[in-house]
Amino acid sequence: MSLFQRFEHLAQSHRAVKDIGADPFRVRIDRVLSPTEAMIGRKRILLAGTNNYLGLTFDAGCVSAATSALETLGTGTTGSSIANGHYGGHRALEQALAAFFGCEHGMVFTTGYQANLGIISTVAGPDDYLLIDADSHASIYDACKMGSATVIRFRHNDPRDLDRRLARLANEPGNKVVVVEGIYSMLGDKAPLKEIVEVKKKHGAYLIVDEAHSFGVLGETGRGLAEEANVEADVDMIVGTFSKSLGAVGGFCVSNLPDFNILRVACRPYMFTASLPPSVIASVRAALETIKQRPELMTTLWENVNHFYDGLERQGFLLGEQKSPIVAVRLPSPELAVHIWHELLQAGVYVNLALPPATPANEALLRCSVCAAHTKEQLSIIVDKVTGIAYETGLLEAPAKVAAL
Amino acid sequence: MDDNIVNQVIAVLQKFDKTGKSIQADTDIAAELDLDSLAVMDVIMELEDSLDISIPLNLIPDIKTVGDLADTIGQLKEET
Repeated sequence: MSLFQRFEHLAQSHRAVKDIGADPFRVRIDRVLSPTEAMIGRKRILLAGTNNYLGLTFDAGCVSAATSALETLGTGTTGSSIANGHYGGHRALEQALAAFFGCEHGMVFTTGYQANLGIISTVAGPDDYLLIDADSHASIYDACKMGSATVIRFRHNDPRDLDRRLARLANEPGNKVVVVEGIYSMLGDKAPLKEIVEVKKKHGAYLIVDEAHSFGVLGETGRGLAEEANVEADVDMIVGTFSKSLGAVGGFCVSNLPDFNILRVACRPYMFTASLPPSVIASVRAALETIKQRPELMTTLWENVNHFYDGLERQGFLLGEQKSPIVAVRLPSPELAVHIWHELLQAGVYVNLALPPATPANEALLRCSVCAAHTKEQLSIIVDKVTGIAYETGLLEAPAKVAAL
Repeated sequence: MDDNIVNQVIAVLQKFDKTGKSIQADTDIAAELDLDSLAVMDVIMELEDSLDISIPLNLIPDIKTVGDLADTIGQLKEET
C-alpha cells in the first residue's frame, strides 16, 4: 500500500477544490509591493487575507533594524535557545515583551504555533486537565495531543459550559488549565473573558489566553483581550505571535507565575529547535516599539474594520457576528465559497478560503483580514468586487432585479 | 457491553449521522457514518452532557465502533 493511501479522502476533496483552476491552498505570490498589494504573475492583487493587521511588514524602522542585524549578526543563529541561539537581542526582546505586558517573565519561541505547542503541552502534566474551547486553533489541539494531560473540550465561548465541565472534575486532584483565544481566527469573535475568568477563579483553575489575533489589536495599548476586559491580573499566561500585528514570524509567552523559567529547560518545542534569526528579532523589537509609539495605527485599523464590515453588511452578506480585523463572509456551501474565492482572485483580490472541517460549525468562509495600511478606497473596491460576484452567482440579489420585480 | 449505554450512544449518533444507515454496536463511527474528527468530538461532547461524565479527548484514538465508545463510557462511569 502507498504511504499516502490513507490521505485518499483528503486528496479527493483537495482535487475537487483545485478543479476550479487554481489551488487556494498553494497560491504563488510573485512580488509583494506593500502590506496591501502584490503581484501574481502580471496581475496586481489587493491583499485582504494576510493577518498583517497593523501593516508593519514594510515599516521603515523595522526593515532598517532587520537589515542592520542581518549585516552585523548574520543570517541565522544556527542553534537552539539552550545552546548558541540566545543572543543579546533575543534576551532584550523577551524583556521588552515582559515589560510591555507588565509581566515578570517573557519567553520567545520560533513560531506562534510552537509557542502554543510548547507552553500548553508542558504546563499540564499527566495528572492534570486541559480544558480547551471547541473552536481552538490547530496549534492548541496539537499541543493537547503532544502533552500528557487529560483533555476536555468545552462549547465555544460558553462560560457556563466550562463551569459545568470543571464541576465534573471537582474531585480530581490534578491542576485544571483552561485555554482560550483572544480573537478566534475563523469568525473573528472574542472570548467572553470576564466571565471565563470568574469560572476559572471559582474552580481554582489556571488560565492561558492565546492573543495571537488580538495582540496589537485590542485593549487601550494593544495588549489584547485581557487588557480590554481588564482581567490581566487573573490571566496566568499569555501566548502570542509575531507573525500578525508585528509583521514577522515567531511566538512568545509572558507570565507572572513564579518559577516560570523552569520552562526553558523543560519545554521541548523551545529547546529543540533553532532560535529566530537576529534580523527577525530586530524587526520584532522595532515593531513592538512602533506599537507603543504609534497608537494611531490601532485607531486606523478599527476605522478600516468598521468601513469594511459595514460595507459588506449593507450589501446583505452574512458575516461573523462580532466586528474584528477578521471579517468572515459566511457562505451556504463549500462549492460556492471556492467559486467566489476564485472569481475574486481573477478580479484581483486575495482573501483566505476556509473550508470544513477547519471551520466552526462546518461553515464555508471567505475569511478577509483588514489592515491599518488599507485605504478606504481599497476596502471599498473589495466590497464592490465581492458584491458583483455575489450578484452573478445569485448569492445576493442585484438591486436592479429587485426593482424589476 | 451495557445495552443501555449502547442505546444512548446510538441516540446521540443519530443526531449527527447524515448517511441514514442503521447504527449498531459494531458500526464503525468514522468510516461507516462518515463523521470527521470534529464531528466525533461533538458527539463526545453531547454524550458528556447527556450522561453527566467527562470523556477525555485522549481516548478517541482507541474508539472505532459504537461498542468501543459504549465500553469506554461504561469504564468511565465505573471509575467515577
